[in-house]
Amino acid sequence: MFDLTGKAALVTGASGGIGGAIARALHKQGATVTLSGTRAEALEELKASLGERAHVVAARMDDAADIDRLAKEAEAAMGGKLDILVNNAGITRDNISMRMKDEEWDKVLQVNLTGTFRLTRATMRGMMKRRFGRVINITSIVGVTGNPGQANYAAAKAGLIGMSKSLAQELASRGITVNCLAPGFIATPMTDVLTDDQKKTILGRVPAARLGSPDEIAAGVVYLASDEAAYVTGQTLHINGGMAMI
Amino acid sequence: MSDIAERVKKIVIEHLGVEAAQVKEEAKFIDDLGADSLDTVELVMAFEEEFGIEIPDDAAEKIQTVGDAIGFIKGTAKS
Repeated sequence: MFDLTGKAALVTGASGGIGGAIARALHKQGATVTLSGTRAEALEELKASLGERAHVVAARMDDAADIDRLAKEAEAAMGGKLDILVNNAGITRDNISMRMKDEEWDKVLQVNLTGTFRLTRATMRGMMKRRFGRVINITSIVGVTGNPGQANYAAAKAGLIGMSKSLAQELASRGITVNCLAPGFIATPMTDVLTDDQKKTILGRVPAARLGSPDEIAAGVVYLASDEAAYVTGQTLHINGGMAMI
Repeated sequence: MSDIAERVKKIVIEHLGVEAAQVKEEAKFIDDLGADSLDTVELVMAFEEEFGIEIPDDAAEKIQTVGDAIGFIKGTAKS
């Protein structure tokens, strides 16, 4: 089950904690992977640790031309096809709303939501032709529950869910599924910056009483990317230790 | 040039699974041939591939009938 041999996958934000784990998991299941992100050095390191069937195409998700280039170069690197797209790239610019600057709002929406839409649009054509595609958008629990200080991030992540449901309906008849995966609090550099007090407060709301691991997110991506998940589309898979049950 | 029309019709027949007799020049993809909006996008993609051309989005939107497609492709091939 969940064999991805022969499949070509592109993972954005692969230099991050969750993205790296997703890329490793897809690769382990047999997929060829293209790693994208902004930190070329970290991507090359990951590529080296994976060995064969791994490529690097660095790109900025706030640059429309760069996103088109990424789609083209990723397909070219993987023998002219792209079956699995994992839109994992994301940034935060936290601030309480009263203090939030337009730049902080715009940047987060641009990278997390607009960039994801553009890359998905750029890769759709090939998936339609081949009558197969798996688009997996990494959203967040806060896109559903909200979070003080993250109006921009929560809006972008909620936006991904609505976008995914629309794309899922447009593309279902072509063998393409579009789903979201919503991690709760996962041990990554993004959550490392939280203070101990903040972590304690958060864990008080997690029935599992611990942070999740990136591998636990990656396992969900492998499932959604698999042939076995062909009948799952427009859904959001929550992996959050019971923090929110939706 | 006439084979452009034949090649266009062949693509339409194959893609939409319709009878050759239905594929008249005035036939509208959506109203007469049962295409949905995604089919029209795929037809444009198929024309681009068959004829090695690029059909920009604003031109693609105007291609609503079999005749529109033939006309556009002939025009492109000339230029």
